[in-house]
Amino acid sequence: MTTPSALAAPRARTSARDPWWRRLLGTQPLGLGMSLPYIVFLAVVMAYPLGYAVYISFFDYVFTAPGVHADHPFVGLSNYRAVLSDPRVLGSFANIAVFLVINVPLTVILSMVLASALNSLTRWTAAFRVAFYVPYVTASVSLIGVWMLMFSQDGLVNSILGPLAPDPSWLVNSHLAMPSIALFVTWKQLGFYVLLYLAALQNVPKELYESAQVDGAGAAKRFLHITVPGVRSTTLLVLILAIITGSNLFTEPYLLTNGGGPDGASASPVLLIYQKGIQQGNPDLASAIGVILVILVGLLSLISTRLTKED
Amino acid sequence: MSVDRSTAGNAPDHAHRKRASRGAVYAVLAVIALVFIFPFYFMAIGAFQEDPTTSLSALAPRGGWTLENFTTINERLGLLRALVNSLVFTAGVLAGTLVFGLAAGYALARLRWRGRGALFVIMLGVQMVPFQLLMIPLYVQIAGNYGLGDTYAGMILPSLINTTAVFIFRQFFRSLPESIFEAARIDGASELRVLWSIAIPMVRPAIATVVLITFIGPWNEFLWPFLITKESSMQPLAVALANYINNVAGTVANPNGAILAGACTLAFPVVILFCLFQRYFTASDIGAGIKG
Repeated sequence: MTTPSALAAPRARTSARDPWWRRLLGTQPLGLGMSLPYIVFLAVVMAYPLGYAVYISFFDYVFTAPGVHADHPFVGLSNYRAVLSDPRVLGSFANIAVFLVINVPLTVILSMVLASALNSLTRWTAAFRVAFYVPYVTASVSLIGVWMLMFSQDGLVNSILGPLAPDPSWLVNSHLAMPSIALFVTWKQLGFYVLLYLAALQNVPKELYESAQVDGAGAAKRFLHITVPGVRSTTLLVLILAIITGSNLFTEPYLLTNGGGPDGASASPVLLIYQKGIQQGNPDLASAIGVILVILVGLLSLISTRLTKED
Repeated sequence: MSVDRSTAGNAPDHAHRKRASRGAVYAVLAVIALVFIFPFYFMAIGAFQEDPTTSLSALAPRGGWTLENFTTINERLGLLRALVNSLVFTAGVLAGTLVFGLAAGYALARLRWRGRGALFVIMLGVQMVPFQLLMIPLYVQIAGNYGLGDTYAGMILPSLINTTAVFIFRQFFRSLPESIFEAARIDGASELRVLWSIAIPMVRPAIATVVLITFIGPWNEFLWPFLITKESSMQPLAVALANYINNVAGTVANPNGAILAGACTLAFPVVILFCLFQRYFTASDIGAGIKG
């Protein structure tokens, strides 16, 4: 730390002449000190709970008041067997599948098309961007309040549709409740994905479009052959984020469809984690659902990675 | 790709078509933008109507303006108290993210110490861990073991440092030229001094972006404060309003106006903040944050 040459080029590695603490911690151990609060935070809020969740999913675990001792016998996979034979749990995974089948393609296609349309314009782009991302930055609870009024039996949407209005209405119809939630989430999140694609489009070379135009390729052809492959890595990111968002679904079924109704048709796994874990006091079953959900999300993300990989 | 020179060669016709298609793009985007904005219009109009209905004629009301709905929702859930709770929750998360996030981002970007590679890999992994798996153990830990139910600390703790923000800070600190740091160190500045007087002033745009994206998290958050606060006097506005929608609304004759007034109070601080600072809300930063 005394010679200028050592300061000018921080060494990547420590050498044998360094004191023991520098060899142990690196040339600038202050970095560890500055990161320590964050490291402690990750340990307390992520690593420990993650391990604990997996741990209690293998035990017969009940909540106790502080200071009260209770046995937590090891039960192996029996929590997993219990939740996988519970029709409500299986139903919630099926509901999420319905959600993803509607939400993911709509999100990818709409945000990609909107972003490339926005990218081709020179005026009013800031106003359009704001319009698209305003729902994204707004609290779900606020927007759910509005959607409930708009999609109720005598709501605005049904009064526009007139005789075409579904009966029973959107949010209380067991076939339409989950699709309605999927539409709500697509609408709410779309602005964020439009922004992601707008950033990606900056990296697609303009010359490709120009030469394609000279070759007579129409807008649709240019979109399919230049834009879509050009933003592939963002598409993967959007796919994974949309899958994670979908698997986290809680507020919408809880509020929009009154706790996952009608008859569990819009219940999500996280809603069941809440009901079983906190309302009914079975954190072992809740954790088992969580572990299964995370494994499924991981598998879906892996499949997305394979699908968007370049040939 | 087939070559069709007959259309490309006809210049005036081509320019004309291009202008027409551009007009069509504007029209379609404008219609879609209206779909995105409409619920906000509906929310704002209804909040100030005596008896908000969902009929088409109610969309352009001629009279019946009132502030009564805000009084009603204030009586039901103590609007001011709920707003203060939301603010304390948000300010706590912002302070934690700025203080600890800037330090960690700087250390990850510019300092050489053992374990920084590992920490970076862990951060990437953390982005993939869904909150729902952590929800139950965090609830057991924070509400049970630490006895932090119904406290601001319990509310703030799980989101004290926003990992996306640490990523954004790291990216910005990395993009600064090393020569500035070398010069400061040769002049004898300590590492904390370098961070405070040189690095932080140079990443002001990053700080603006991080404040914006971190602000919306706790302000809009529902699930965690909903779990951790049972006392209504401790609930942030999102939780108080959700409880009103879920429980109280059914027992009140015409709850629509009060719901919309509450929704406005919750939504518009963020909406206005974002309209004012929208140039700081850029996807490249957020994308960089997520992708690392």
